[in-house]
Amino acid sequence: MPKRLMTLLGPFIGLIVVVALFGAIEPAFLSTRNMMTVAIQTVIVGLGAIGMTFVIVSGGIDLSIGSVIALSSVVTALCARAGLSPAASFAAGVAAGALCGALNGWLVTRLNIVPFIVTLGMMGVARGVSKWLSGEQTVTPSPEASEALASLATKSATSPGIWITIALAVVMALVLKRTVFGTYTYALGSNEDTARLCGVPVERTKVWIYTLCGLFGGLGGVMTFARLSVGDPTTAIGRELDVIAAVVIGGASLAGGKGSILGSMIGALLMAALANGCNLTGVPNFVQEILIGGIIVAAVAVDRLRSARA
Amino acid sequence: MKTERDSNPLLLMSGVQKRFGGVIALSGVDLEVRRGEVHALLGENGAGKSTLMKVLSGAHAADAGECRFDGAPYAPRGPVDALEQGVAMIYQELNLAPDLTVAQNVLLGREPRGTMGWVRADEVRERVGGALAALGSDELQPETLVSELGPGQRQLVEIARALVEDARLIVLDEPTSSLSQEDTRRLFEVVKRLTREGVSVIYISHFLEEVQEIADRFTVLRDGETVGAGVVSETSLEELVALMAGRSLDEFFPEVPHEAGEVILELDALSGERLPKEASLSLRRGEIMGIAGLVGAGRTELLRALFALEPVSSGQVKIKGGVSPARSPRERLDQGVGLLSEDRKGEGLALDLDLATNATLSHMDPFSSRGWIREREQRAAAQRWIDRLAIRCTGPEQRVGDLSGGNQQKAALARLLHHDVDVLLLDEPTRGVDVGAKVEVYRVIGELAAAGKAILVVSSYLPELFGICDRIAVMHRGVLGPSRAVDEWTEEEVMSEATRGVQGEVA
Repeated sequence: MPKRLMTLLGPFIGLIVVVALFGAIEPAFLSTRNMMTVAIQTVIVGLGAIGMTFVIVSGGIDLSIGSVIALSSVVTALCARAGLSPAASFAAGVAAGALCGALNGWLVTRLNIVPFIVTLGMMGVARGVSKWLSGEQTVTPSPEASEALASLATKSATSPGIWITIALAVVMALVLKRTVFGTYTYALGSNEDTARLCGVPVERTKVWIYTLCGLFGGLGGVMTFARLSVGDPTTAIGRELDVIAAVVIGGASLAGGKGSILGSMIGALLMAALANGCNLTGVPNFVQEILIGGIIVAAVAVDRLRSARA
Repeated sequence: MKTERDSNPLLLMSGVQKRFGGVIALSGVDLEVRRGEVHALLGENGAGKSTLMKVLSGAHAADAGECRFDGAPYAPRGPVDALEQGVAMIYQELNLAPDLTVAQNVLLGREPRGTMGWVRADEVRERVGGALAALGSDELQPETLVSELGPGQRQLVEIARALVEDARLIVLDEPTSSLSQEDTRRLFEVVKRLTREGVSVIYISHFLEEVQEIADRFTVLRDGETVGAGVVSETSLEELVALMAGRSLDEFFPEVPHEAGEVILELDALSGERLPKEASLSLRRGEIMGIAGLVGAGRTELLRALFALEPVSSGQVKIKGGVSPARSPRERLDQGVGLLSEDRKGEGLALDLDLATNATLSHMDPFSSRGWIREREQRAAAQRWIDRLAIRCTGPEQRVGDLSGGNQQKAALARLLHHDVDVLLLDEPTRGVDVGAKVEVYRVIGELAAAGKAILVVSSYLPELFGICDRIAVMHRGVLGPSRAVDEWTEEEVMSEATRGVQGEVA
């Protein structure tokens, strides 16, 4: 599939350029230890981007994922504090995210409200609920209770969080490309009327897509808890925009029908590498923000130019 | 039928030609519109009426020919320029902003401005009031929101918009197609009133009885040419129909022998929310039935209601003998019914996706297990239809949007074949398809019938229906007439039923 690779070429070159540039300025950037840091910093946005890729390919958007991450981190912490097993706390965090996603999907299909509005609403609701559940404070379980989950985010090559993300990315890339569900996702984003004409269960597929996105937001929340060892209701504010940016840099179209998990992962890595490199080389935060903003627009502009010429 | 020429007509077009790439849309049109008359422009779908009106409104420039308006050479640079010169178009789809008031719509883009850009309310009242008074409609209030108006009143707003600009020639394109009889009568009064004040009207309509009532003279187009003109009161309906239907092209329809078997589809008084109205028909295996009618008669709605894409308000559908309700296209597909959409790009195909996906989207079971697709088998399945239908492409991975119109249509047909439906509902199967590909589509339709499929074809192109169908029924304003074998119809009879409904029947 040369065309598919062409779409990935732009973001991939961008990633190489960023890595090479920071590596030249500051050799420590390329150290294994720092590369692991970049990888760990990619995990949360990367997990979110997996779910978001499905939503955006289907022609939708999910603005609530940042709030869902916070809610999930609070739920995970509350469960751990209440003495639930690490596995149960993990599952509860993911389930909270999936529930938010399912509600998004249900509202989008049943009330026929555009996803932008539904998920904008959920952004506020999930944030509010996480503050309410946590009593507007960070939730700190005992060190013993959070230890097992914290090991998900250790800064070593054995950090399970990284490998879980990579494995899920591979599985979900296959789901998107090789399953009936994945094909329906592309069909919905490419032309919803065609999908309906072909007997695609439009509503049911959408509910699954948003549930999936919420589920990955939930996973991101568990990983956030793992890193911080506290459940923080104010974490990940604005994170939804990083996730959307990663997916868009990776070649997805907000109009739907285009995008890939691999592209989104490259997009997430690119943003994490940029942030990390800027910190390492002492570039002020505001420069970082300007750079990321420019890259988002440039990535889409390059994609436009290429498809216009093709 | 020739009438003596007016020495000083308002509009005079002669020998107007227009081509788009290799397609000749207008090959020589003469049109003369006199001052203060209602001039009917007649012709079948595709005869060139819309193109001619686009030349008149400045949306297209003519390639050749002469055009004079009010004695002066007339070549508008665009619709705004045309309007400033006094020619206003009122299209089927009205161009109003529903959230603004009548007055705001009438003056949209031409607001009288005072100092600092403030709109001058007094002048607005005066000009809009004047235009509304000229229409003689006392119900239209300048402050009403357009969204609160019915289709008839919206049309009046459009006409008022033409009047504030002092239009001297107003083109009404199928103005009554979405109007009630009451609104139609009111519109006619407005038209008569306007002509008394010296405004000329070009009236485009398929409804010949309306033309007889409202128009003074007429011009008939066929295949991009003027084939007749005259005075309406001196011309019979039969003469008008004959002028419109006459053929200059002989089409080629491949003869594929097929035989009708048992009845597979029966509609019993099927009604949609608006259209169709109690449509009944029965269709056999191995049979091709055509539904003729005008655009907007409800033929597409019939197919879509049957395919559960639009709600059914009453009536029954029987498939293979049993009553078969369906709530979704999925259920219809499972019952063995497939629809080819008239809107290939907007609905029929997912243009960004590849051919293999488009051809197999409705039926991926043969090469998937527990949701996982075996891609090689999917592509092989698509390749079989590519070969079978001779789709010109680089392979199953090619993006459907990059194919030509004819090959896109074949890709859409491939999906119905892949699904192996028993009943095919084909809505305008050769629209936007070049002649060579048309013949191939006809051949495929014939072969499908020979293979025992039942086929229902909606087409606005009469020779096509006569060329491929075994039986034809005509739809008029939502009512489906009885079907007859194709050799028991003449084109004139079909046209006449399409424009006037079944004769002798109480409407």
